[in-house]
Amino acid sequence: MDSRKYLIAFVITAAIFGTAIFLSNTLADKKIENVRDIENKVALDILSSETQFALLAETSCRDIGPGFLSKELGPLGERLSYAENQSGFNEEDVDSLKRSYFLLEIKDYLLMKRLTEKCRITPTFILYFYSSKERCEDCERMGYVLTALRDKYPDLRVYSFDYDYDLGALQTLKSIYKVKSELPALIINGEPYYGFRSVEELEKNVPALKLLETAEEKALRASTTPREN
Amino acid sequence: MAEPQTFVLYSSLFISLFFEVFLLITYLEVRGDIKRDNEMIAKGPSRYPSTTVIVPCFNEEKTVEATIKSILDLDYPKDKLKLVLVDDGSIDGTLSVLNKFKNHPQINITTKENGGKHSAVNLGISMADSELISCLDADSFVTPDTLRNMVPYFDDESIMAVTPSIKVFEPENILQSMQKNEYRWGIFLRRMLSSMGALYVTPGPFSVFRSKIFKELGGFKYAHLTEDMEMALRLQKNRYRIVNSHNAHVYTVTPKRLRGLIKQRVRWTYGFINNIIDYRDLIFNKRYGHIGLFILPLAIFSIFYTPFLAGNLLAKTGSDAWKTVDRIMTAGINGDFSMPSFDWYFINTGVVSLLAVGTLALTLVIIYLSIKLADGKFRLDRSVFYYLAFYSLIVPLWLTKAVFDTIFRRKVTWR
Repeated sequence: MDSRKYLIAFVITAAIFGTAIFLSNTLADKKIENVRDIENKVALDILSSETQFALLAETSCRDIGPGFLSKELGPLGERLSYAENQSGFNEEDVDSLKRSYFLLEIKDYLLMKRLTEKCRITPTFILYFYSSKERCEDCERMGYVLTALRDKYPDLRVYSFDYDYDLGALQTLKSIYKVKSELPALIINGEPYYGFRSVEELEKNVPALKLLETAEEKALRASTTPREN
Repeated sequence: MAEPQTFVLYSSLFISLFFEVFLLITYLEVRGDIKRDNEMIAKGPSRYPSTTVIVPCFNEEKTVEATIKSILDLDYPKDKLKLVLVDDGSIDGTLSVLNKFKNHPQINITTKENGGKHSAVNLGISMADSELISCLDADSFVTPDTLRNMVPYFDDESIMAVTPSIKVFEPENILQSMQKNEYRWGIFLRRMLSSMGALYVTPGPFSVFRSKIFKELGGFKYAHLTEDMEMALRLQKNRYRIVNSHNAHVYTVTPKRLRGLIKQRVRWTYGFINNIIDYRDLIFNKRYGHIGLFILPLAIFSIFYTPFLAGNLLAKTGSDAWKTVDRIMTAGINGDFSMPSFDWYFINTGVVSLLAVGTLALTLVIIYLSIKLADGKFRLDRSVFYYLAFYSLIVPLWLTKAVFDTIFRRKVTWR
């Protein structure tokens, strides 16, 4: 019997396996790099906004355009949550990216808050706490609702936080709003809401949402504005 | 990686990939042999050994007439070809269909009490005095050149049995169409196993044997309703050579409904497991070469890893589908129905996904070669799609049932 054939088949199969493992690791590294790039960009955006905000003392609220706050926080969150749920990513990398993501969210949130106070804009943000430790089906569904809301209202800012994540700033945020461990939890205008809420419920109960333009209205206005000019 | 389930998943993927690679290497090795076979067949037989075709029938009134006519239409000298039609105690109109041929000079008809397929074939063998004996199930049909394309192999004195290539007869629905491609794969596999001396089935539809083997090794035995497997294993155990003629086509009627298909395959798998238990001394026995060391152990192993791999695939697809449904039910379909923009970031590039892509690529290569070998040229049809989409999902149904039946010794029936 030809044992050489078995050896060749084994070597080829091992090579295919090796290539798959190598390729998977390389692509996961590239994805992590991609997330890191976005994080850097968000950090820079926030720095730029903060600087602009600091200058506000000397200027007026009118100078603040629609692109004042970073647009990349949402996509960054989606990428991180994908990386968290997929195998193949280096856990330490994902963990460190998550840490800086939460910090960036808090910074953005503070900026947003100061901005709304100074310029008397209606605050349009939601703080959302979910659990990654325990299986939380409602958290998953709440995530779908918030994504749908963000798609509908592009100016809505959703800050999502892992309730169980060990991060000083996050603990402080939780204690400020006295967030209980009944997840999912939403903080809207300082009011806590516990348990799952549907799109309709949120739209009905949150006055701030009503003031926001929907994506369609926004698109419509964008298409008619040039003619007005 | 350390979890047992992950270990089993990776081992199963490794073995299935290894088998595909092994088949493809074998193909590269035997391409020359296949060409030589084609030339030998094109030349035609150097002689026409006397041949008896036995048709065992049990309640086959619908198909047996076409089966008999297809044998009579064989392009083979009439004086060298005899038919023995054995009615195995049918309770439908089979016997009256057989009696239509009672005056045909090439045909012998006999009837007996029902005793199982093996007893009917053995009665036929006892009535035959030819050099070659073949058997054709009454739900299968030969083409005029089937026998001519098998006989030349017997010029080699060491060859004791020749198996044909089985194709699906006129597929009518998705299930039969899927089987059409499965049988093509089988044609490729049998040809490769033939070159390795590792054929472990001499199929009921038209395997041809030298009649002397029945004198030397005895007739067919009751063997867990898969007598054709037992016979092949007995030949292998006695180191009798079996080869496959990929040019000899036999058409068989395949189950039209899932229930029938599962029942048939449970019988085959149950028969395989139990025959392997009976012939366990072949396993990992160096004396028997490829069949003992690789093919049979792999076939046994595949009974367990196939449901595992398919289960994983099903669980993954199911959970993804459920998530999508859940998302739509919870939050509605967002905005207009436009597709989200393509983003490579969200493509699953995990090791298992990449290995699955690799395995699928090799599967496609083998399907291409199978179609070329079975049909002479490559033509893509729907059966390939049905096969890829559904086959791996339904295989676990019969594999697990057969294992269950074996463990609990439940009776498996023909129909």
